[in-house]
Amino acid sequence: MTTATIIQSLASGLLMGLLYGLIAAGLALIFGLMDVVNFAHGEFLMIAMYTTFFLFVFFAIDPLLAAPFVAAALLVFGAVIYILVIRFAMRARSNVGMVQIFATFGLAIVMRGLAQFFFTPDYRSINTSWLGGQTISIGGVFLPVPQLVGAAVSLAAFTALFFFIKKTDFGRALEATREDAGAVALVGIDKNRVFAVGWGLGAALVGLAGAIMAMFFYIYPDVGASFALIAYVTVALGGFGSVFGAFAGGIIVGLVEATTALVLPPSLKAVGIYAVYLLVVFIRPRGLFGSI
Amino acid sequence: MDNSFAQRRRRDLILAAVLTCLAALAPVFIKDVYVQNILILTLMYAALSQAWNILGGYCGQISLGHALYFGLGAYTTALLFTKFGVLPWFGMLTGGLISALIALALGYPTFRLKGHYFVIATIVIAEIAYLLFLNWDWAGAALGIDIPVRSDSWATFQFTRSKLPYFYFALALCCAVWLVTFWLENSKWGFWWRAVKDNPEAAESLGVVVFNSKMGAAAVSAFFTAVGGAFYAQFVSYIDPESVMSFHFSLLMALPAVLGGIGTLWGPVLGAAILIPVTELTRSFIGGSGRGVDLIVYGSLIVLIALARPEGVLGLFSRRRKGGAR
Repeated sequence: MTTATIIQSLASGLLMGLLYGLIAAGLALIFGLMDVVNFAHGEFLMIAMYTTFFLFVFFAIDPLLAAPFVAAALLVFGAVIYILVIRFAMRARSNVGMVQIFATFGLAIVMRGLAQFFFTPDYRSINTSWLGGQTISIGGVFLPVPQLVGAAVSLAAFTALFFFIKKTDFGRALEATREDAGAVALVGIDKNRVFAVGWGLGAALVGLAGAIMAMFFYIYPDVGASFALIAYVTVALGGFGSVFGAFAGGIIVGLVEATTALVLPPSLKAVGIYAVYLLVVFIRPRGLFGSI
Repeated sequence: MDNSFAQRRRRDLILAAVLTCLAALAPVFIKDVYVQNILILTLMYAALSQAWNILGGYCGQISLGHALYFGLGAYTTALLFTKFGVLPWFGMLTGGLISALIALALGYPTFRLKGHYFVIATIVIAEIAYLLFLNWDWAGAALGIDIPVRSDSWATFQFTRSKLPYFYFALALCCAVWLVTFWLENSKWGFWWRAVKDNPEAAESLGVVVFNSKMGAAAVSAFFTAVGGAFYAQFVSYIDPESVMSFHFSLLMALPAVLGGIGTLWGPVLGAAILIPVTELTRSFIGGSGRGVDLIVYGSLIVLIALARPEGVLGLFSRRRKGGAR
């Protein structure tokens, strides 16, 4: 193992980590807002990837250009899911946590079933996008262009999210609702509207990630499952209640995964991620930056 | 109050005895092997979910990693039998004890975690074991283990001609876990667990040793889950990491308890009696197309029950019972 190999895999790990952060951002946002862990998060990613795929096949829109449209479509989708399903799951008086876990788990199964029904279980991929398969070399380190763009999009999305939460009225309403959903009603903020937009935003973020992922990953009904688990670990590693913990968590997960792949067989690379999660929470039971 | 509680417990016991007798007689009328198969699976899931319920329901420690114990039970039995010729009964007991010990060892660091951090820890621990078994060549890796048929007998716990012995074992297991839960519910442990679930800080201040309570619940829960896994290995005579240790399976074990009524005596049984037949029937009648219609039906059922009856289907009965008393 040479230094060059190590630098090479750390660089790819960093890029993948930023993308993991982007996938986890929506999950972290929704959790921070209303304490709901969305077990259908991976299926949101799957829907985003299929949307990108069909925009490409039917309208010849390149995934790069499609990304904003996919994000917009997922924004609507997320808000609708909140209004149709999650709103009712929030009403449970007893064991709210379990009701939400299993309501969203049921939703995930329905979404997978619908994807199989309409899109068939076949593996799809976009082979001829502008950036797909291209690499550039920076100082002898080869970087795949789609992942590089994904990393840039992730950075931009987190920056935008930061300003959105800290500087806009709606972002402040979001934060206030998170702090005390009962009190915000007194100042005229509609809790349900804030939650619906929160779900929309969370879904839009995973929509961006899905558009990027569609450039270099296979698209099939179960694609979300493997990324969802990594996303939960990413959010928990960063700490629940902190959207930017997901950013740090994503980078750590990407780097750990790349490092593990250097030492262990590739099929065991997730073991490194899980072991680091356990190590972190055994030392810090609320994750790295968690408040809850 | 005390009297009505004793009355309720007597009624539970009578109901359980009646249901067990009815179930034991069922094969006299039901000769169809396919239906018998569904009954066996229903009983198995009822037992597994009842075991999960001890830790997740009564003690309030939500584990979504119970596939680890199920898989350990299945693998211990299958490996001891195929590699060393040890009879499955010993494998079952060994698997149960190993799982209980591992639950205690894992409980030591994880029970300090709360809420979602605990849930995710249980998921990733089971997932690590899953990946290790997937890459462990001696244990068959991804190909799994084919359990060779030696003879049709209770000694080897293998039956190729009739499924009935499996049926009666599953029924016995289901009764055993139910009775243990019934007994624990009214014991010192049961009260500790509910106190730990409702308010661990208050429980601690009143002298409940919260940590030990959780450990006890985990060990009992893991033991019975592993026995269920050992049974499953014998029943299907083929296991691989995907079918006995995947995350999806952990969710399937918790589901009957959650949808039936979490932390209740009858919730897991009721949940399994509804969910498993629906799952199996939709899978065989509309799942054959491979187009996921069975998933759509099954998923919708989960969402609907979770939203309409957040406290579980059992809530329907208790409300009616209350109404009748008035």
